[in-house]
Amino acid sequence: MSQVSMTVNGKPASGEIEGRTLLVDFLRETLGLTGTHVGCDTSQCGACVVHVDGRDVKACAVFAAECDGAEVVTIEGMAAPDGTLSAVQQAFQDHHGLQCGFCTPGMVMSAAALLDQNPNPSEAEIRDYLEGNICRCTGYHNIVKAILAASGQDVSKIAAE
Amino acid sequence: MPADGGIGAATPRREDVRFLTGDGNYTDDINVRGQAYVHFLRSDVAHGTLDKIDTQAAAAMPGVLRIFTGADFEGVGGIPCGWQVTDKHGEPMQEPAHPVLAQGKVRHVGDPIAAVVAETAAEARDAAEAIEVEISDLPAVTDMKAALEDGAPKVHDDLSSNLCFDWGFVEENKAAVDAAIESAAHVTTLELVNQRLVANPMEPRVAVGDYSRAGDEHTLYTTSQNPHVIRLLMGAFVLGIPEHKLKVVAPDVGGGFGSKIYHYAEEAFVTFAAKALNRPVKWTSSRSEAFLSDAQGRDHVTKIELALDADNNFTAIRTETYANMGAYLSTFAPCVPTYLHGTLMAGNYKTPNIYVNVKAVFTNTVPVDAYRGAGRPEATFQLERVIDKAARELGVDPIALRRQNFVTEFPYATPVAVEYDTGDYTATMDKLEEIADLAGFEARRKESEKKGLLRGLGVNCYIEACGIAPSALVGALGARAGLYDAATVRVNATGSISVMVGAHSHGQGHETAFPQVVAEMLGIDAAQIDIVHGDTSKIPFGMGTYGSRSLAVCGSAMVKATEKIIAKARKIAAHLMEAAEADIEFKDGQFTVAGTDKSVAWGDVTLAAYVPHNYPLDEIEPGLEETAFYDPANFTYPAGAYACEVELDPETGKVTVARFAAADDFGNIINPMIVDGQVHGGIAQGIGQALLEHCVYDENGQLLTGSYMDYAMPRADDLPFYSVDHSCQTPCTHNPLGVKGCGEAGAIGSPPAVINAVVDALQSGGHNVTHIDMPASPARVWQAMQG
Repeated sequence: MSQVSMTVNGKPASGEIEGRTLLVDFLRETLGLTGTHVGCDTSQCGACVVHVDGRDVKACAVFAAECDGAEVVTIEGMAAPDGTLSAVQQAFQDHHGLQCGFCTPGMVMSAAALLDQNPNPSEAEIRDYLEGNICRCTGYHNIVKAILAASGQDVSKIAAE
Repeated sequence: MPADGGIGAATPRREDVRFLTGDGNYTDDINVRGQAYVHFLRSDVAHGTLDKIDTQAAAAMPGVLRIFTGADFEGVGGIPCGWQVTDKHGEPMQEPAHPVLAQGKVRHVGDPIAAVVAETAAEARDAAEAIEVEISDLPAVTDMKAALEDGAPKVHDDLSSNLCFDWGFVEENKAAVDAAIESAAHVTTLELVNQRLVANPMEPRVAVGDYSRAGDEHTLYTTSQNPHVIRLLMGAFVLGIPEHKLKVVAPDVGGGFGSKIYHYAEEAFVTFAAKALNRPVKWTSSRSEAFLSDAQGRDHVTKIELALDADNNFTAIRTETYANMGAYLSTFAPCVPTYLHGTLMAGNYKTPNIYVNVKAVFTNTVPVDAYRGAGRPEATFQLERVIDKAARELGVDPIALRRQNFVTEFPYATPVAVEYDTGDYTATMDKLEEIADLAGFEARRKESEKKGLLRGLGVNCYIEACGIAPSALVGALGARAGLYDAATVRVNATGSISVMVGAHSHGQGHETAFPQVVAEMLGIDAAQIDIVHGDTSKIPFGMGTYGSRSLAVCGSAMVKATEKIIAKARKIAAHLMEAAEADIEFKDGQFTVAGTDKSVAWGDVTLAAYVPHNYPLDEIEPGLEETAFYDPANFTYPAGAYACEVELDPETGKVTVARFAAADDFGNIINPMIVDGQVHGGIAQGIGQALLEHCVYDENGQLLTGSYMDYAMPRADDLPFYSVDHSCQTPCTHNPLGVKGCGEAGAIGSPPAVINAVVDALQSGGHNVTHIDMPASPARVWQAMQG
């Protein structure tokens, strides 16, 4: 066991971990931040995406020990302290971009990272960026629409909701 | 309409905020103080004799509390099957035992052999690797027809063969169907495969067993679509726990699509082990484990014949289907290829003679059960493919051929035992032609051809039977359960309301849509109403959510209970205003004496019910809480028409869905935004089946597609925006909301549209391809073009 320390959602966080402890397990089991989900074991589904030092990362594919000293943001850190949803979160609600909610944290974190890099993405760019996030409920229609809307683009012309 | 949204409002979902902020409460988020963890050691061969399980070294590993094997479950019940099919000779199906942990033999890769309970999940996993298992391999069968040959290896030694049942439907129709086919002007024959799929809700299954020795009370937290069904099956048939000592909680559940209906061995195990160890025991499935242990879907091999007269009227349909059950019978497996499939073979058409034969077969594969649509996609795919093939053979327009044969008068009794109460298939086809812009197809085809691509158009119809019911009928057909549902409306003193429902929401948005109905009925804000679901200790006995039944069945129970509330509230209001009950009008949350300005508000009445100082206690009891159980009179019959346009790259065989449109008739709509979302998701799963997904076993029964590296899940860049419409509405005639259900339509209606489009594209390129099996992968399409 060894000690790991990082900043999670702006607050210091530390714990005892095994060398094999994944970042996602550290977040979920040690810190109790269960918003980050595990949907597969081959780094394909993207339900566990978090931001590490400003980059979107699959938390199932990183050891907790590798994040020693890092700045980590999870879905729990996306809304304002008073609970106001971020633009991406609000767009997901406004455009019904989620159903069961299980893939949603990863989708929101990936979408936020995309908009950081590309504030005005095309539909094709959004679909391409989400290649590593699987949703089984929505058929992606309303997710893509929500991200277009979050970027300030007009979505009223998109085929009937 | 209530200010914040009643019936018909696209109210944003109230459940979204917790899911968007990481505040959901999924089963894996639940940790019970003192819990231990179980890891299942699963068979890595498809068929073999369990010669020896040596747990000695594993038991000495760090953190191990106990290792269980099949021997620990002798005398404990097996996993039961909830539906008994009677074969065409009147004999019951063959029903094998299904032990919680394998006993004597393993029958599929993934069959659980031993369970290690340890202090941590990692320790349980490490110890499982130290268990020494000796298995004598037996030949495996995965192909259904091979499994039925004489001398085939038997999956279950105590059964006479691998045939579960040979079912004829309706057996009395057979002679007339044979005669009609014999005398037909034209018969189109199609052999096809409806491939095996994996449901793949994004949340893998989880089960946590807890036990209180003081009260001899069990709690099971589980990823279930129907906690009461699990309580009944596990309590009564597996572990012998009476209902009042067993609580089943299904909290936020991350999708189901059918795969979380069934009672699974892991649920029984954690419940059993929690008592044996007097500690909570938690199991979290990995995705790899899910591929080996979640019930899978579809897997039919079918021959269908469609007979037509000289005027192109359908005269008969005859089908022969082999349906894979896998190694054991999952909870509702036998009803999927029978009563959820044979009953739908009439589709939207008035074919007078129909006979369906289904042979259900055991193989050394993971059990198969209902997956979104369940039997209805299989029926629709056969029928809508064979109609398209017939149209090509006859040189007629496939849409015109469908229109000509539509059922147009309702109610309509089909030759396959169901009666459609209402519908308008011409209207949905008209709407489809409009929203899909079918008139513009040829111009779009020319544009594609300029790019060197083939473009195809596929159109089809579908019908489904939802809200599976009535209990007396399904009982006669072999169901070992009723299929009603229940709701309790609890009005609080200040007028707020909790509605406890038997339905379970795992993505469907019940917490938003159900209050819209009650708010509309009472004329109060929906924000005053909350839905409680998923906990058998809090809700009335309901059958859960599957088969697009929640609103049609449980919603109807909720309406009935609310009607009782209103009836009682009127009596209270009449007393408060010293008026006759018959003179009380109730509108917008106000009770008024007709023709006067005397009124009392909803809150005045509810307060009086709980503070009955001035109250008709000689007539009615205090309080305001009512329960209703609702058993439907019939199925509901949503129907629609779908269109798909594909672009096909003749260099690579890659098919891209360029446009997709769906015109559905769901009857009345409560929340159109949620309905759109349900259709979108269904379409994506249907396109996934048509182009991408395929669960494949090799001849030894090894699963070749056991992860997302191998099983092609539809991703955002595989799919287009969809155009969906549900403005054609013929309300259901027999439930109080006039609703039909929308959860499965997309998955039922879309696969034939895609394949019809692929065949059309190939034909437009001069390739004489009349059928292509799903998934129409680049390799398959390219191969077809070479032939």
